[in-house]
Amino acid sequence: MRVAVAKTYKLYVGGAFVRSESGRHDQVNGANVPRGSRKDVRDAVKIARGAAGGWGRRTAYNRGQILYRAAEALESRAGEFGDDVGEAIDTFVHYAGWTDKLHAVLGTVNPVAAPFLSMSTPEPTGVVAVLLGSSASLPSLVESIAAPLAAGNVVVVQLPESDPLPGLDLGEVLGVSDIPAGVVNLLSGRASELVPALAAHRDVNAIIDATDDAELSKQIDTFASETLKRVLRTESDPLDLLAALTEIRTVWHPIGA
Amino acid sequence: MRWDYSPAPESTDHVRLRDRYGLFIGGEFVEADAYAPTINPATEEPLAEIAQASAADVARAVDAARAAAPGWAALSGLERGKYVFRIARLIQERARELAIVETLDGGKPIKESRDIDIPLAAAHFFYYAGWADKLAYGVPVPPARGAVRPRGVVGQVIPWNFPLLMAAWKLAPALATGNTAVLKPADTTPLTALLLAEILQEAELPDGVVNIVPGDGSAGAALVRGAVDKVAFTGSTAVGRDIQAALAGRDVGLTLELGGKSANIVFEDAALEQAVEGIVQGIFFNQGHVCCAGSRLLVQESVAEQVVDRLWARMQSLRVGDPLDKNTDVGAINSAAQLSRIGELVAAGVEEGAGLRQVSCSLPDRGFWFAPALFTEASPAHRVSREEIFGPVLTVTTFRTHAEAVEKANNSPYGLAAGIWTDKGSKAFEVAAQLRSGVVWQNTYNHFDPTAAFGGFKESGFGREGGAAGLRPYVKVEGE
Repeated sequence: MRVAVAKTYKLYVGGAFVRSESGRHDQVNGANVPRGSRKDVRDAVKIARGAAGGWGRRTAYNRGQILYRAAEALESRAGEFGDDVGEAIDTFVHYAGWTDKLHAVLGTVNPVAAPFLSMSTPEPTGVVAVLLGSSASLPSLVESIAAPLAAGNVVVVQLPESDPLPGLDLGEVLGVSDIPAGVVNLLSGRASELVPALAAHRDVNAIIDATDDAELSKQIDTFASETLKRVLRTESDPLDLLAALTEIRTVWHPIGA
Repeated sequence: MRWDYSPAPESTDHVRLRDRYGLFIGGEFVEADAYAPTINPATEEPLAEIAQASAADVARAVDAARAAAPGWAALSGLERGKYVFRIARLIQERARELAIVETLDGGKPIKESRDIDIPLAAAHFFYYAGWADKLAYGVPVPPARGAVRPRGVVGQVIPWNFPLLMAAWKLAPALATGNTAVLKPADTTPLTALLLAEILQEAELPDGVVNIVPGDGSAGAALVRGAVDKVAFTGSTAVGRDIQAALAGRDVGLTLELGGKSANIVFEDAALEQAVEGIVQGIFFNQGHVCCAGSRLLVQESVAEQVVDRLWARMQSLRVGDPLDKNTDVGAINSAAQLSRIGELVAAGVEEGAGLRQVSCSLPDRGFWFAPALFTEASPAHRVSREEIFGPVLTVTTFRTHAEAVEKANNSPYGLAAGIWTDKGSKAFEVAAQLRSGVVWQNTYNHFDPTAAFGGFKESGFGREGGAAGLRPYVKVEGE
């Protein structure tokens, strides 16, 4: 008789699989899951900030290819996930195609009434915290990662507390895709501990609030106001989501002498 | 050498201000319980008595906007646009009067209100008027999702630095997209908003579509917490933070255009004379009461001494004084409160060891004045390098490499604007791409246009005004 190798789940931070610095874990759905701490949040945000510049500066073409490769990686391990994995894969494919089209849809050349070339382009907003609260489907988890990445942002994700395993498994898929270290960071643990820490972190620029919890959302808004973070609740359309995760920058350059 | 100019005051003959202005609610001026004078900051003389909206008045204005909303939203885009075009034309027609009143009430030089504030305000209405019947082109609508709809009633609170222009930035897109509005002008500069109310009457804008409720911060606080569907605020980061917190947990749209501490970066290969003009324009325009003012000068070390010497020489020729004089470059500080805030921060800079140079010039006996000032050897840790002064005060820091310039420019919680001075186009665009700011001016500064989006990264707020991007915050996309 062969004894199965039981999997020890870990956080996915900075491209590495790590235990919570707190050394704690919870049992969820029959598995031991690391119980991320506020310090894990701080570490992950710091790592994400470090990765943000490089990811944002890659060409749109390259970011598109990397997101497409994530779709390929997930497809090849589809059997490890539930029935909705196909939709999750397609979500990666959809956003892979957005990276080099955002400018055409949201950008403008401005016909200003003076001799200047003036253009407004969508730029990444920076570090995005994804707050999933208690539960989230795999496709919505993937959308909350793929959309920020397509727009050039990096993410720190609070995985759904009652069902973190698909997210942690996804981390193992992304870990062997071409997504650079630190661009996606996945934390399991208790929402009551991770959500406020992420919402209050001063180096987070925007929050996707998919907690679907009115009380928690109010708390998120209040923390977010400290550093004027953009907060977006579930958007029903990809472009709304992408627009909310980008800053429009206008550059003026003189024409003539 | 210094040349003196003869006074060239703008004539105020044809300006007829009323003794008092009420609240503009439901298409007419109505009385309020309380009034307060608005004064000319250059003379401290009262100009008119202005109604001070109470929370109940604000609620009444929101009700009027709510009542007007269905009719206004039901108009076809073309018809709605025609009203907005009318407003643009009437502003142009009354441009001279509006410019003088702007200068009287706010202290800014007449050449600026005449050549920038008022023409741009008209241009904003004109630009957004043309969007009214083209919204489906301006806001991409997903194929299966139906139509672009107004949000409903918007509450808008504007600052005192560009009173009529900020009213235009707020009202023009709101009206073009089919919203109705309640606008709260700043307490020190309510007059041009009230003249705009007269223009709205003359344009026969349907009653209640725009309501204007002058008052102090309490009126603004009541408005943003009122029964509105969207809030748009331009002002300080501190107040913006309070508004976001006050709206926590509520499904109310919010855009914030807040403070800044924008870097103006001069590279050694820049055309230095032009750069010096740009530095002056960047910080002394409108007495530095500009959210995107280029208040942090970063100069490459190799040309720092030369740039500062030329800048200091150029500053000597700035004419500070009567805002109504057509030759004036720097007018009056907007209010006693703002003057004391500038004074406090400058004193802190001196105490922390930054080297202060201030232009020595004769200032009028009455009114609020601050001579243009320069802090050399300002460390990034000094308060004058970090906090928004909102006055004619520039800090100077040097850098050696391109990377250091970018790092210093981005080292701020704000992210509104930046300037880059270099003769190399490739360098200008590369640096622009690395700056975390919403506007980047290359070899120029402080240019604005209704077609060009404006707004900040980070703690300078969120949302954009101007251009197609300025439509998005005022609409929602809904299935039909």
